[in-house]
Amino acid sequence: MADNGKQHAPHRGDMTGAKALWATLANHGISTVFGYPGGAIMPVYDALTFYPEVRHVLTRHEQGAAHAAEGWAKATGEIGVCMATSGPGATNLVTGLADAMLDSVPLLAITGNVASHLMGTDAFQEADITGITLPITKHNYVVRDVEDLPRIVAEAIRIARSGRPGPVLVDIPKDIQLAAFHGEIPSPHARPEAPAPSPESIERALDLLRSAKKPVIMAGGGSLDASAEITALAHAWDIPVITTLMGLGAFPSSDPLWLGMPGMHGSVAANRAISEADVLLGIGLRFDDRVTGRVSGFAPNAAIIHVELDAAEIGKIIRTHVPVRGDARQAALLLAEGAQPSPRPEWTAQIQEWKGRTVTPETYGAGYAVKAVVDRLRPDDILSSDVGQHQMLAAQLARFEKPRRWINSGGLGTMGFGLPAAIGAGMAEPRVRSVVIAGDGGFQMTAQELATLKMYDVRNVKICIINNSFLGMVRQWQELFHEKRYSEVWLGDSNPDFIKLADAYDVPGYRATTAEELPAAIDAWLSDPKSALLEVVVPHEHGVFPMVPAGAALYEMIETEPVKSPDLSAQMQDAAEEASEA
Amino acid sequence: MTDVQDHLLSILVRDEPRVLTRITALFGRRGYNIKSLSVGSTEHPGVSRMTIVVSGDRGVVEQAIRQLEKLHDVVRIIDHSLEKYVDRELVLVKVAITPESRVEVRQIAEDFRSRIVDVGRHALTFEVTGDEGKITAFIEQMRPFGILETMRTGRIALTRGSNADIPAHVYHEGETQALQPTLEVQPREERARHVPNLF
Repeated sequence: MADNGKQHAPHRGDMTGAKALWATLANHGISTVFGYPGGAIMPVYDALTFYPEVRHVLTRHEQGAAHAAEGWAKATGEIGVCMATSGPGATNLVTGLADAMLDSVPLLAITGNVASHLMGTDAFQEADITGITLPITKHNYVVRDVEDLPRIVAEAIRIARSGRPGPVLVDIPKDIQLAAFHGEIPSPHARPEAPAPSPESIERALDLLRSAKKPVIMAGGGSLDASAEITALAHAWDIPVITTLMGLGAFPSSDPLWLGMPGMHGSVAANRAISEADVLLGIGLRFDDRVTGRVSGFAPNAAIIHVELDAAEIGKIIRTHVPVRGDARQAALLLAEGAQPSPRPEWTAQIQEWKGRTVTPETYGAGYAVKAVVDRLRPDDILSSDVGQHQMLAAQLARFEKPRRWINSGGLGTMGFGLPAAIGAGMAEPRVRSVVIAGDGGFQMTAQELATLKMYDVRNVKICIINNSFLGMVRQWQELFHEKRYSEVWLGDSNPDFIKLADAYDVPGYRATTAEELPAAIDAWLSDPKSALLEVVVPHEHGVFPMVPAGAALYEMIETEPVKSPDLSAQMQDAAEEASEA
Repeated sequence: MTDVQDHLLSILVRDEPRVLTRITALFGRRGYNIKSLSVGSTEHPGVSRMTIVVSGDRGVVEQAIRQLEKLHDVVRIIDHSLEKYVDRELVLVKVAITPESRVEVRQIAEDFRSRIVDVGRHALTFEVTGDEGKITAFIEQMRPFGILETMRTGRIALTRGSNADIPAHVYHEGETQALQPTLEVQPREERARHVPNLF
C-alpha cells in the first residue's frame, strides 16, 4: 500500500460518517472502489463527490463489482474494495465474497444498511448481511456508533491483508453514514510480519530432503509472493516443481524443472511425480480435493512437508509428517540455504520422460483455439479465465514466467468470474493487456459488464469466447459418467450473436470458425487499439484431458480423450426441433 | 473415526454481537459435534468465557481448535485435556414421589448432598452440582421413582492451581499453539509401495 505521507484535512465541510469512510479509505491508499449505489448507501455516494482522489467504478451488477475487486487484488497483491447498498445489493456481493474466501483474496466489502432503528424489523431492502456472510468472510462488522467507523474500516483492511488474506465486510446503517463524526481519521496499520518458521521444523524438513531420492515441490497460491525464493530453492536442491491451479506463475514455466499443474486436469508429469515421490514439499497450499484426487491415493509413498501460514490447513486433508508453520518466503529461503545438492539422475530422467507425454491439441477445437491464443501472449500480459473447460485448457496450455499474471476462480469455480475480474485487473494495470478466456456459458452470466468497459473507455481488456454451444464441462461429465444423457447443457440454439452483442456496447468483435481463420482473427483482435472481443466457434465435442475422474487417485488418470460419440450438434438440434414441434 | 472421546475446551472470546453464532456456526459448518455448551461473563470486562464439550478424535479436536483460533473474536483457547482442571455441572431434577417413596427419595438426595429447591404434592425438585459421573449416578438412582423433567446447564471448567486462564493483557495477539509433528517419518524402505501401474 502506497504510503505517500499524504494526510487528509480532518474536515471537508461537516464530517459525517460517510465522509469519514472515504477519508479513511483515501488514507489507506485506496485509489479505486468498484460498486453500485442504492437507497441505503446514498449518503456514502453523496460524500464521494468530495473525494475525487478515490475513483469509483460503476459496474452493472454488484457481483461484477466484487469480481472486479478480486481481479484488482489478484493482479496487484493489494486489497480490492467493493461497495453495495443494503438487501439485494449486499446479497449480490455474496458470490464474490465466497470466491475471495476460498482463494484467499484480500477484499474489503462496504455495504449500506437500513437505519439502526429499522434493523431487525424486515424493513424495505433489509437483509442480515453480516449473518449471511458469516461463514464466507474472514470477519465482518456492523458499525453501531459513528465514532467507531474509521477505526473499524482500518481494522477491516488490516484483517483482510494480514496472515492468510481474505474478505472482510463492513455493514454501515444509513443513520451512521449521516451522523456527525468528531474523531481522528486513522492511518494504515503497519502490515504485521508473517511468522517465521521455527528452526526445529526447518531442520526436520532439511533432514527429510537430504534423504530424498525422489523429491518434488508443490507450490500453491500462497507461494505467489515467494516466487524468487522457491526458484532458488528448487535449483539449489535440483528438485522438480509442480504449481497448482492457484500457484501458476510461482515458478517459471520455461524452467526445465517445471512439471505443470497437478490434480484433476493436471499434467501427466505432475500427477505421476506426486504418485512416485518419496518426499513431497508443499508450499502455500491447502490440498484441495481437485488437487489430491482420492486422498488415500495421494502421494502414497511420500513423506509430506507442509509449509503453510494457516495452521488450520496443516493436517486438515493430508497427513503431514513435517509441519512448517510460517511465511513461505522465509521458509523457502531457509530451505534453500540448507541445500545439499545430490544428483538424482534416475529421477531426473524419469521426470523428463513424463514431461514428454504432454498432450498438444492437434485438431481444431477448444484446446487448439486456447493454445493459439495463449501462445501469442507476452510475458507481462495478464490472463484471466472464466470457469469450465476453457479454464482448464488455459491452465494446461498457458505458460507463465512470473506470478500474478494468471487470474481465475480456483476454489469456488464461479462462472461469470472472468470478464469482471479481467476488467478489475486491466484497470489495476492499464499498461498491460488483460486477456480473458471465457466460455459461451460463463460469459453470459456477467456479460452486462461490457457496459463497464464502454463507460470507462477501458482499452486493454481482450475478451476471447470459446463457443462450443455447450456447458462443456458438464457435458464432458455427462459423457463420461452419465451415459451421455446430455441434460440441459445445450446452449447452441439460444446463444446470442456475440459479435452483435459486443457491438451494442461499442466493443469491436472478431470471429473465427476454422483453424485457417484463427491466426488472422487473433492478430486483428489483439492489435485492435480498443478493448475487443473474439469469438472462436469450435466443434462441440472436445473434452479436457488428461483427467482424473472424481473420486479416483491421481495415478488413475485418463491421459487422452476416449473415442468420440457421433455428431452432437445434429442430435441436439433434432431434439430441439422435436421439442418445438411437440 | 477412531478413539472418539469428549474434550473439554474453554474459549475466551470478545464480548461482541454475534460471537456465539460465529463459534457455533463454525462447529456446525465443519461438522464438529457440540455435546454441551455454556457461556458466561468473566472477571474481565469485554471478555466472555465459553465451555464447550466437543466429541471426536484427537485430530478433530486439534482441527477445531485451529479453526477457532482463526476467528478474530477468539482471545484464547484452553484444551483442558492437556492439564489438570476442575469441572462442574448443575442439574435440576424433578422426581415423582408417592407417600411411600418420599422418605427413600429424600435419603438418596441427602447421600448425594443434593438440595431440594421445590416441593410439590407429587414431586420434589432437586439441585445437584458435580462432575458428570456424579450427576449421571444421581439420575440413575432416581430413575426408578420416575423422573418428570431434568435441565442441565452444561459443563463448566477452570484449570487447577493459581494461574489465571485469562492473560493479563487479554487482547494481546497471542501465538498459536506450536505445531508438533504428528507423524513419525518412516525410513524410506519401510514405506509401502502401493502405486499400481495404471499409467
